[in-house]
Amino acid sequence: MLNRSIKSLLAAALCVFALPSFAALNILACEPEWGALAQELGGDKVSVYNATNAFQDPHHVQAKPSLLVRARNADLVVCTGSQLEIGWLPILQQQAGNPKIQAGQPGYFEAAQFVHMLEVPSSVDRSLGDVHPGGNPHIQTDPRNIGLVAAGLAKRLAEVDPANGAYYQARYKAFAARWNAAILNWDKEAAPLKGMNIVVHHKAFAYLENWLGLHEVAALEPKPGVEPTSTHLSEVLAELQRQPAKAVIRAAYSNGRGSEWLAQRAKIPALVLPFTVGGSERAKDLFGLYDDTVQQLLSALK
Amino acid sequence: MKARNIALLAALIAVPVVASAAEDADLRTLRDEVARLRETYESRIDALEKRLAQAEAKAASAASVAAEAASATTSAMAAAPQPSAPVGTNAFNPNVSLILSGLYNNLSKDPNGYRITGFHLPNDHLSEITPQRGFGLAESELGISANVDQLFYGAMNFSIHPDDTVSAEEAFIQTTSLPQGLTLKAGRYFSGIGYLNEQHAHTWDFVDAPLAYQAFLGGQFNNDGLQMRWLVPTDTFVEIGAELGRGANYPGTGRNKNGSGASAIFAHMGGDVGASNSWRAGLSLLTTSPQDRQWDDMDAASAAVTNSFTGDSRLWIVDGVWKWAPNGNAYDTNFKLQGEYLRRRENGNLVYEVNAAGLDSSYAATQSGWYVQGIYQFAPYWRVGLRTERLDTGTVDYGRNNGNLLRPDYAPTRNALMLDYNPSEFSRIRLQIAQDKSRQDVTDNQIFLQYQMSLGAHGAHKY
Repeated sequence: MLNRSIKSLLAAALCVFALPSFAALNILACEPEWGALAQELGGDKVSVYNATNAFQDPHHVQAKPSLLVRARNADLVVCTGSQLEIGWLPILQQQAGNPKIQAGQPGYFEAAQFVHMLEVPSSVDRSLGDVHPGGNPHIQTDPRNIGLVAAGLAKRLAEVDPANGAYYQARYKAFAARWNAAILNWDKEAAPLKGMNIVVHHKAFAYLENWLGLHEVAALEPKPGVEPTSTHLSEVLAELQRQPAKAVIRAAYSNGRGSEWLAQRAKIPALVLPFTVGGSERAKDLFGLYDDTVQQLLSALK
Repeated sequence: MKARNIALLAALIAVPVVASAAEDADLRTLRDEVARLRETYESRIDALEKRLAQAEAKAASAASVAAEAASATTSAMAAAPQPSAPVGTNAFNPNVSLILSGLYNNLSKDPNGYRITGFHLPNDHLSEITPQRGFGLAESELGISANVDQLFYGAMNFSIHPDDTVSAEEAFIQTTSLPQGLTLKAGRYFSGIGYLNEQHAHTWDFVDAPLAYQAFLGGQFNNDGLQMRWLVPTDTFVEIGAELGRGANYPGTGRNKNGSGASAIFAHMGGDVGASNSWRAGLSLLTTSPQDRQWDDMDAASAAVTNSFTGDSRLWIVDGVWKWAPNGNAYDTNFKLQGEYLRRRENGNLVYEVNAAGLDSSYAATQSGWYVQGIYQFAPYWRVGLRTERLDTGTVDYGRNNGNLLRPDYAPTRNALMLDYNPSEFSRIRLQIAQDKSRQDVTDNQIFLQYQMSLGAHGAHKY
């Protein structure tokens, strides 16, 4: 009797501890765009958890308990890199007790390693604001970067989960086809945007500007990561007298005070771009993200 | 620009599915695009070949220029750039970060002879928590950390104290490679008990540690020993930890003995409530066995005496923290509510006036204390905070010495209000106003002005 109850207890314990290994590949995505991409490539073989949402500034996130537990159970962590997550990811890696997701392991994926980085500073100093030694980390504002990262991520998925390697590769091929077609479409739609003058809140749109040929006249933040001051806003307004801009743009998570102030005085629209998946009603997935971004920018031309 | 075109070309060639799937119109656009790209690509190669030929002609500098051209050709064809490898012997240097902190204190009462009424702190700990008047250096720290190899992480924190002494606050190694949520730490570290204990002073929300931490832990408890933590594989955060160590610091003492002088166990739980709230709660027990722990006191006849305690000390801590930020975005506004309750029971022997005859007796004391604090960030860079705290001298039984020693019926309290300005993640300027009634019959009105800056490697902070 006792023997049997011990056996069933043991069996129950085994189930509890063994279950995760039968389940899908656990992916912790630092930002929603990588979560969406991992889901596109991983299909039903992966279970994706986003560490942040579109309304959070990924520079300022806390290593909260819910993230620690996700990091502990993750098979793969997909992040931007270039020190975007330096304020919180190292804590997760140190405290999660999970050797798979440590830097240098296949279970830690940095998207920034697969694209050409812009605004790489030749020297860094904190007096310049929140600069990233590896270059501007907001690479997801150019869909061509998503394509490059997708290729790298598909390979990495196959490395971490070889049993489903062919599945990931097939999904990647299908995604890449749809993605490249979508890029051509956006390129066509966005043709009138070439040379458009814009003002940005944070220097978060370097890749978008590079993709669409936008011209950044000014940034509301006097230095990256430094809140707009009234003096600096007046300077930006004066600059707009010389170089009129069509719109002032900001990410979904940035506060609107500076943008709205400038928009009112310069009589230009203040656009809230989704910036990542979930950042607007239309940005439900990666395709919606750029649909909405391009459409919003076009609306400012009218 | 060109590199990206070529990347696109490479992608197009690599994925012929695109062409077959696309409609006729798209197909034509695609072909045109490819043709156009091929043209630019070929002209680039031509140009590079010409440069190569020219370079070869120049006998003297041939090698270097050809290499340059060749590398240009390679990088033009690569789909994605390779990260440039760091070179030089400095590449493996650890992360170095420096915390600079200074204070100006204005105290309405003379801090000379400061003590927390009813609590027996050893002299060295008492002097550490005694506030000073005027200008002074606050705890400044130098931290060095890095991964040791694929198995271990190591870190050390030197603390420069106001009196010009330097101590190693932490110096530990920690595993990064154990599976199943296990982490082992060895060396000197801040114990995982409570909430505030593990956090470095520069991340505290007030200038000083709560009274309860000062009374029961001498401010903050670090230990030389071993720590094991286990993150339980559940969807809710559950962490269990255990420590064995030397326990040389208050409430423990240095001992000449094999084995462990301090043990701790703790459990933490935590999670999210919606996107805007997160929380953590914990329960900890610290057990130490102090030997000849001495403190200065006034006896019933108002004579200065030195007493000593040997026995067992058990400290329970219940802690909780709740954080709110709209949508989890703490940048503009956020709120943090935090509280801890500490209860200590000590049992053993007391020696009254060790410097004279010394009268032995039993000693049994149960004392407690708590603090609650709320910190509200009302605008970017600006935070305001309120802390209220109270100690309970509890029941103290000196046995045969009950007639010789005082047992004051007094509850020390302190209330503090702080305002800080954080122009970046790396700098903070703080004003704190407090009313300190930790001494019986003394109300000390305190004003603190403090700066805290960090430079060097970007530190990641614990929750």
